[in-house]
Amino acid sequence: MGLLQAFRLSVSAMLAKKLRSFLTMLGVIIGVFSVVALISLGQGATSLVTEQVQAIGSNLIVVNITGRGARSGLTLEEALALASRPGVSAVAPMLSGQATYKYQAQNISASLSGVTPDYNAVRNHNIAYGRSLVAADLDHRQEVAVLGSEVAQELFGRENPLGANIRINGNAFTVIGVLEEKGDGIGESNDNRVLIPLTTAQRLLRNMNISTIYIQAESPESVDRAVVSVEASLKQIFRDEDAFGVFNQADLLSTVNQITGTLTLMLGGIAAISLLVGGIGIMNIMLVSVTERTREIGICKALGAKKKDILYQFLIESAVISGTGGLIGLMLGQLAATLVNRFSDFPTAVTFQVAVLALAFSVGVGIFFGIWPANKAADLNPVEALRAQ
Amino acid sequence: MIQLENIRKTYKMGEIEVHALDGISLVISQGEALAIVGPSGSGKSTLMNIIGCLDTPTSGNYILNGREVSRLSKNELAEARNTQIGFIFQSYNLLPRQTALENVELPLIYRGLPGKIRREYAVAALEMVGLTGRLHHRPTELSGGQQQRVAIARALVGDSPVILADEPTGNLDSASGREVMNVLTKLHSQGKTLVLITHDPNVAKLCERQVRIIDGRLETGGAN
Repeated sequence: MGLLQAFRLSVSAMLAKKLRSFLTMLGVIIGVFSVVALISLGQGATSLVTEQVQAIGSNLIVVNITGRGARSGLTLEEALALASRPGVSAVAPMLSGQATYKYQAQNISASLSGVTPDYNAVRNHNIAYGRSLVAADLDHRQEVAVLGSEVAQELFGRENPLGANIRINGNAFTVIGVLEEKGDGIGESNDNRVLIPLTTAQRLLRNMNISTIYIQAESPESVDRAVVSVEASLKQIFRDEDAFGVFNQADLLSTVNQITGTLTLMLGGIAAISLLVGGIGIMNIMLVSVTERTREIGICKALGAKKKDILYQFLIESAVISGTGGLIGLMLGQLAATLVNRFSDFPTAVTFQVAVLALAFSVGVGIFFGIWPANKAADLNPVEALRAQ
Repeated sequence: MIQLENIRKTYKMGEIEVHALDGISLVISQGEALAIVGPSGSGKSTLMNIIGCLDTPTSGNYILNGREVSRLSKNELAEARNTQIGFIFQSYNLLPRQTALENVELPLIYRGLPGKIRREYAVAALEMVGLTGRLHHRPTELSGGQQQRVAIARALVGDSPVILADEPTGNLDSASGREVMNVLTKLHSQGKTLVLITHDPNVAKLCERQVRIIDGRLETGGAN
């Protein structure tokens, strides 16, 4: 018997029991829908996070110092000295904390970062208007502030903040500039913060220890060399490798990809369980169908159907049911992804691989769970099958 | 054509052995029309199942068209049914969802013939039983006599040498029954070997030879 013929017989058997076929399919529809929807959500999350990591720049190195014993950070001089290490082109030490900001009646809270003039270049975060911090601001511990775009918006609204006096933790500061809007970074907002001279921050926050240092490598290729040389000098200072951590974008990317990849797999795996349940539903209905059509099977056998003819017909039938369910589920999943995309800024997409995989998996489930019922049908004794009512 | 030698079929029902067929020997030559008659429970159906290659005997030899059937595998039996035997059942046994044409095509599908040729043969077979105008009707849209004639068309579409009919008129009124018998005698006159199982003496007497089976044994005619 040709495949096409078996396919046509399957479709006609399916259409003869429309409601039942649909209910059977529903399990697969829900299964494939959830697999497709969850995997595309997972992939959306991955691309979102990857984008954020890539936004920090490919030649940026981040040093976090946890400290050892009484020393919980570097002095400004030690941090700046890292700039002369091989492979390093610039260094931007940072001292951060939380602070309250007051301008007239407005009172808000945001993070405060004490930085050096190189910060803007190293972090690739430019001034929108006004000026940035200069060396003289640090030398004289000037009480000047560069506002993040969100802070500027909240404190001043449409007013021009340049030259205005604000109070940071009760101390008077003059606003000298506003940063460009940059969007969220990893675990921090780039826009909801205020930059002041690092030396001023040391006094304000009563903390001399610098625990975060941004380092710019000479080029993306020299990142590894810079990491090695920076690690070497930090080891000399702390004599303990656990006292500091040195990260670059590539490290972060691989970590992030590992986490989101695991997450996506887990989501897909959980959703696949529902597909499995759908498969069991198919098996159940196919078994009923074999029993109901016992006489028909007997007729076919009397007319010369071989074991494989009956086997194929039932296998194809269950594959057609689950494949059709898979197709509907895929379309619903695609629809869900499109809706999520339209009504949120979460980038979801059903990739070609996911679509093919989901379809192949659903047909596979149909075949797998069809084997037993089909085998049962194919093994029927023709004499007994013909006697059935 | 058909040669049965000392065929036995034994069913085990717990401790008791039931001999449905108890040493049947029978020769049916090519082109012959034979009626097998007997009361219900006599072993008629079991004999038909064995002649029709639906079942194998417990012991004895069955040679169909020069081939020993009793040792064939299941697939070989299916092939023998497909090419050697045309079945006609009391309850027609048509596939309910398929049209008359599709039902008649079925044996040819299992033979692997391409669709166009199948259709051609099936149309010719339906024409022969006088159902040219009913090609695309489903069984439920046909009368009993018409359904049985579709079944006859299905039995002869594969050009099998033997037509095996099990109470072909059992479910029909006398007019339709006569119609069906007319078709069968016409087939016989064209050279088909006809084996008819019936309990209706009027039907049986249309065949040139009759054998009676009682309690799994042949009563008259014996092995000849």
